[in-house]
Amino acid sequence: MTTVGSTLLERHRVRPAEYVYWIALASVFFLFPRNLSLATSIMVMSLFALSLDLILGFAGVVSFGHAAFFGIGSYCAAQLALHGWSEPISGALIAGLAAMVFALVVGPLVLRFTGLPQIMVTLAIGIILYEAANKASSITGGDDGLGGIKLMPLFGTFEWTAYGQTAFWYAFGWLLLLFIALRIVIASPFGVSLQGLRENTLRMRFIGTPVFGRLLRAYAMSGFVAGVAGAVSAQVNKFAGLDMLSTDRSIDVLVMLILGGVGKLYGALIGAPVYMLVHHQASEWNPFHWMFVVGGLLIFVVMFARGGVLGLLEAGLGRLPGGRAQ
Amino acid sequence: MLELRNLTGGWAGTTVIENLSLKLASGDTTAIIGRNGVGKSTLLELVVGRAERQTGQILLGDADLSTRPGFKRAVAGIGYVPQEREVFPSLTVAENLSVAKRPGLWTEERVYELFPGLAHRRRNLGWQLSGGEQQMLSVARALIGNPKILLMDEPTEGLAPVVVEKLVESLRAVVGDGSLSVLLVEQSIDVALDLSTRCLIMDRGRIVHDGPSAALREDPDTIAKLMGLE
Repeated sequence: MTTVGSTLLERHRVRPAEYVYWIALASVFFLFPRNLSLATSIMVMSLFALSLDLILGFAGVVSFGHAAFFGIGSYCAAQLALHGWSEPISGALIAGLAAMVFALVVGPLVLRFTGLPQIMVTLAIGIILYEAANKASSITGGDDGLGGIKLMPLFGTFEWTAYGQTAFWYAFGWLLLLFIALRIVIASPFGVSLQGLRENTLRMRFIGTPVFGRLLRAYAMSGFVAGVAGAVSAQVNKFAGLDMLSTDRSIDVLVMLILGGVGKLYGALIGAPVYMLVHHQASEWNPFHWMFVVGGLLIFVVMFARGGVLGLLEAGLGRLPGGRAQ
Repeated sequence: MLELRNLTGGWAGTTVIENLSLKLASGDTTAIIGRNGVGKSTLLELVVGRAERQTGQILLGDADLSTRPGFKRAVAGIGYVPQEREVFPSLTVAENLSVAKRPGLWTEERVYELFPGLAHRRRNLGWQLSGGEQQMLSVARALIGNPKILLMDEPTEGLAPVVVEKLVESLRAVVGDGSLSVLLVEQSIDVALDLSTRCLIMDRGRIVHDGPSAALREDPDTIAKLMGLE
């Protein structure tokens, strides 16, 4: 007899296409050595989008202020490095924990609401934090941000090169590690219960689920991952600035997730590169009107591909002989 | 087992159930019948914590659940099969069960034995199931939480007669087991009397008849009179 546990694992087993994704991502290092900085930024934003997917895609918590966690992670990692804690991995972990603590503080307020009020509260928290960071220039550097970050070599061996080779593998490592961690979380009974909460909170309550506790845990996890993403961003760019806390960044990551496909994890990993590459190419083509291209793409996805780019891919593969649409 | 003492409650300040008292013995199956709108479903929803209790007490064994939130009532041992089934559409059958699972006699193996159709569909998503299968899953999900008492709100509603027959057969196995108390709200009088040992008839938020189901089966005139079918 197949148990519930084994059926869960079976549904979330690793598929061959996933290896293709990770091998393709790693091969960017060899195929595009002059674009490592862009590739690293894409991986950082992919990690950030993954953090949003955990709460939005799986738990149904809408956030328009997710950059708050990213920004806290950035500033924390920058301050640690500037105060002599230059070991990058522990620095990123501490920054992630700081963002997680902030999530635990604001979570009870955010999770009291659903729908539009929840959007407003997250937006307000993001704006307040942005303004607070702007005023607290002794900590954040204000408009000038925090520069001059120096880090120890990665694992005490790999120097942070000007062309970004170490930064690429550093971001790749964090993305892979936290993706695997989130994958395990999603496949666990806890992760399944989050999906149940997304679909019917009331029903979950009446089968004995402590709704608030589950959502707060997910929110804290999401804050941690977003904080690590922010920390990695500050570490590889040697800079933390107000932009990392901005509402624009919160909207960007939401758009990335919608483009890629919400509630699929890989949607975040596909949406971030699609958005950033389109942004990159479109702004090269026209630096003033590139948003038209991104806006058009978003309208296309919303109208014709509700499951995002990943949904289109799944549907396409499902039509191939031997393919299986979800 | 379950005791309601002078329970009054309803929705948004409106009283639907008024000063209702009731004791259910361990292992018994009690059916509640009555016309539409007399408060049968609201009574169940008061017990699970969905409707608003105004006064009175809800006791399960020695525990007073009156002020406990819904999820704590479920953990204390109240299982609930809602009228709308409410399976999680994007979770598989196995996942629908896993979110409700608590240790006890009802395991996934036992639930699948009771509903073999679900065992074959365990990898299918909730929305891919038929109405009958969704109802079976809703009952199975309540059972795998290993409740002390199972509240079921019109489990046969909207199902084809052949599906009702299958479901009733499975429910008969559940109630015949004797390890679980069952409170069943049912529109179909035949199903209610067939499955229960005790039957309550409700009218306007109150219990107007309380007696053995077997006696009521032999007395269609009383049923017709109390349910306003005359």
